Amino acid sequence: MNERRYMRVANHMPPGHVRTPAYLRGKVGWVERTLGPFSNPEELAYGHAATSQPLMRIRFTMAEIWGAEAEHPNDTLDAEIYAHWLEPTDAPHAP
Amino acid sequence: MPHDHHDHLSPSGHPYRPDDDHPLTYWQQMEIAIREILIEKGVTTAAEINAQIDAMDARSPANGAAVVARSWTDPAFRDALLQDASAASASMGFDIGPLKLIAVENTADVHNVIVCTLCSCYPRNLLGLPPDWYKSRAYRSRTVKEPRKVLAEFGVVLPEQVTVRVHDSTADMRYIVIPARPAGTDGWSADQLAALVTRDSMIGTGLPKEPGAIADART
Amino acid sequence: MGGDAAGPVPTEQHDFALWEKRVDALMVIASSKGHFTVDGLRRVLEDMPPDSFDTMTYYERWIASVNQNLIESGVYTTAELAERMSEIARRGATYGEANHE
Repeated sequence: MNERRYMRVANHMPPGHVRTPAYLRGKVGWVERTLGPFSNPEELAYGHAATSQPLMRIRFTMAEIWGAEAEHPNDTLDAEIYAHWLEPTDAPHAP
Repeated sequence: MPHDHHDHLSPSGHPYRPDDDHPLTYWQQMEIAIREILIEKGVTTAAEINAQIDAMDARSPANGAAVVARSWTDPAFRDALLQDASAASASMGFDIGPLKLIAVENTADVHNVIVCTLCSCYPRNLLGLPPDWYKSRAYRSRTVKEPRKVLAEFGVVLPEQVTVRVHDSTADMRYIVIPARPAGTDGWSADQLAALVTRDSMIGTGLPKEPGAIADART
Repeated sequence: MGGDAAGPVPTEQHDFALWEKRVDALMVIASSKGHFTVDGLRRVLEDMPPDSFDTMTYYERWIASVNQNLIESGVYTTAELAERMSEIARRGATYGEANHE
């Protein structure tokens, strides 16, 4: 296994069209795979010619997302997040 | 269908939604108006619209079932499917258009389930249009937080030691679950196996049928 | 929506009506020809008031969004749409009567 590359999802709450679910903002996960560049939907949605953004599948534990409310802490959730929402970070502390 | 008073059910057992004999709604007026304007302006034609409807009607879970069944019988195809599910599906002759598909595989230790919390993204170009429940607020809200409770409502109860992997289709990719091949199907052909693969088993809210459920498939 | 509390997942299923399939086809065709993007479709859907999920059906929300996107991209004007919808309303009381094949 390669070492996990951890990323934190930005905790921005802008109005308008974004494809980053609110429940993942501010959460830390690791890169499950990279998907290459895709047109930025935040520009496409308004009819503009879009710039390209790398898209990554990020895997989160349910414990990271929901804390003590997690149904089963070691279950996981994968989501595709555009790179401009992601910032490299250290591994979260073990719960 | 048994002969009872439910005489407005379609062959699939669902209520018909007749178009022609209900009061015209505002939104139906809008659909007719937009369609006519787009045809008059040369954006599309009536024939093109009908062809698109036919193309969507031709897509069904049977397409996905054929893909899954082949992955159960052809290890090289399984590897190709996990590597690039779009290319693997297209190689079987399915017209999937621009669909970008990722296949995720259930094992003894992992159970995958697909949801789209932001809208209702679904591998429609392979499996056809999504079921109504997939688009419901309840499924979209709860699956990312309490997947085991949602799965239990669908009759799928998972042991503690199985990891549930939820996939939220938030962006450009779509997902299909490769369910685990049922036991007791040694020697079955891909066509026979495809009859076991349900739509829900490819979303992750179901499991394939047991071989006994279609005992006559081997005859 | 992700993570919100909600009741049991509904199990009712309906067969798609022809007008719903037409909405679906118009979305696919108009977007594939570059008149708007699926992201534009989603933007308008998300901007609808929360109660639209309860007061409008899935394809009612879609046709409203398709319309908004086509007007924004200049394929036709609001006036053209309004005039045509009024004319259609005068054709008859049902979808069958109002829809000229």
